[in-house]
Amino acid sequence: MLNPLRNPDRRLSPAAVFLVGVLLLLLAASPGMAEYADVILNQHAEQEGVRPVIYPHWFHRIRFRCKVCHHELGFKMKAGGNEISMAAILDGKFCGMCHNEEIAWGLEHCHRCHSGLPGLKTGIRGDNKAGGPGEY
Amino acid sequence: MKPLFLALLWLIGGLLFLHRGVAVAAEDVFVNDGLHDPQGPSFHELQRPTEALAGFPPDTVGNKVRWVNALRDGLINPRTNIVPETKIQVLDMDIIFGNTGDNAFVRFPHRAHTEWLDCANCHPDPFKEKFNTSGIKMSAILEGKFCGKCHGAVAFPLTECARCHSIKPDSFRGQLGAQSVKKP
Ligand code: HEC
Ligand code: HEC
Ligand code: HEC
Ligand code: HEC
Ligand code: HEC
Ligand code: HEC
Repeated sequence: MLNPLRNPDRRLSPAAVFLVGVLLLLLAASPGMAEYADVILNQHAEQEGVRPVIYPHWFHRIRFRCKVCHHELGFKMKAGGNEISMAAILDGKFCGMCHNEEIAWGLEHCHRCHSGLPGLKTGIRGDNKAGGPGEY
Repeated sequence: MKPLFLALLWLIGGLLFLHRGVAVAAEDVFVNDGLHDPQGPSFHELQRPTEALAGFPPDTVGNKVRWVNALRDGLINPRTNIVPETKIQVLDMDIIFGNTGDNAFVRFPHRAHTEWLDCANCHPDPFKEKFNTSGIKMSAILEGKFCGKCHGAVAFPLTECARCHSIKPDSFRGQLGAQSVKKP
């Protein structure tokens, strides 16, 4: 039986090089990483039959300084630390302070916020080097 | 020999096909990010960070953006307030910390921080408004306290020691603590 991965003269066969290359490419391409500082909000969402919420810091900080949300609008700097509920949002609190068709699009676009995979836990996400405070 | 050759061809073809699928997926950072549900009705409406952050000063960590430079160079101009009456304060005063063991001293720039943040985000919790009174320790920072409240969560991560530990003790001639306030 001939081993396809090795030539009798002990040089690497082109097929073997090719196979290893393809495998490396496969490894490099998968799987992706959550963007640094994305916050997942899933204290009630999934329980109540909607997808978990993904709040992207990187997107909002292009448009607003931290002080707008964390001082003026009063968001506490703690993932899961604000009692955010859909009722409060519809009442014009939390995300609803901006997502009101004036500062940003309105609340009828449920799926733009409720966009997460099932089973996600409330918390902040980062890249491999920073999974949140402490896990630098 | 012949069946083996065919099997190899088949395998390579299969792998190439698989790889094409993965390559297409790799172009979209939200596919396979362990976060976004590709079945979500608005999946394709959301902006990708690869697109939104392209063209900003590059970094190697965090969002891969030098946010301080992006703001300073006017590439972004995020809003400072929504209610017109809100008071906006910026303070240009550095604090130099010296309890750093063998490491370089730490320069904390109020300016870069107050461009983004309000005084109340740091004073009186977690920092008292008097130099060397807050009990800052690197071990606590690594647990997400003090500077680690933001660095490692939203601001650049704690792997970047030299960005905070940026003052070489032998070449530092001034006093530790608050440096004089620069007026704009
Ligand atoms: C558009 C609003 C908004 C802006 C702007 C914003 N944040 Fe946040 N931030 C949030 C929300 C929402 C949460 C999650 C709160 C919750 O889960 O109850 C959060 C959470 C946090 C947390 C807690 C993370 C943890 O580990 O628990 C930190 C730290 C933080 N933000 C820092 C910042 C910094 C620094 C900036 C500026 C660069 C900023 N934020 C800008 C809305 C905002
Ligand atoms: C601007 C973002 C945003 C939009 C748009 C939005 N939601 Fe929510 N929703 C949230 C957040 C944040 C929570 C709290 C998540 C958590 O921790 O469980 C939430 C929670 C919920 C919950 C859980 C129960 C509760 O009261 O907290 C339900 C159900 C829900 N939303 C339904 C909807 C529906 C239906 C729509 C569209 C009509 C919608 N949401 C639009 C952000 C949004
Ligand atoms: C300070 C105002 C403000 C607050 C508070 C705020 N947003 Fe937004 N948000 C915006 C603006 C402005 C946009 C962009 C609107 C546009 O493009 O028209 C936006 C866009 C978004 C998007 C779409 C991003 C994309 O890829 O296009 C999501 C998702 C979102 N917000 C979620 C949330 C959630 C969840 C909350 C509450 C936890 C929240 N936002 C709170 C202002 C805000
Ligand atoms: C976000 C800013 C920041 C980053 C990043 C940072 N440090 Fe520190 N470090 C500090 C501050 C502030 C102190 C306290 C100085 C003081 O109290 O005089 C400190 C203190 C220290 C001390 C003195 C002992 C102690 O426990 O306080 C050591 C050693 C140290 N840091 C090492 C490191 C190393 C190694 C890294 C990189 C892995 C790092 N630091 C990253 C801000 C930072
Ligand atoms: C990102 C956090 C942060 C923000 C925001 C911030 N500070 Fe500070 N401030 C500090 C730290 C850290 C110290 C040093 C505390 C220590 O050494 O224990 C300090 C110290 C001070 C001191 C004491 C200096 C001295 O002489 O000893 C004053 C005064 C001060 N801050 C004023 C302000 C004002 C005014 C603002 C808003 C315009 C502000 N700070 C915003 C982190 C912050
Ligand atoms: C409340 C949140 C917060 C805290 C607490 C905080 N930082 Fe920062 N810091 C930021 C943000 C936001 C930036 C902007 C850059 C970014 O987002 O990566 C920043 C940037 C910096 C920079 C870069 C300045 C430049 O010119 O590039 C240094 C240095 C720094 N921080 C040191 C510290 C030190 C030291 C402490 C603790 C004594 C500290 N920070 C505490 C939020 C914070």
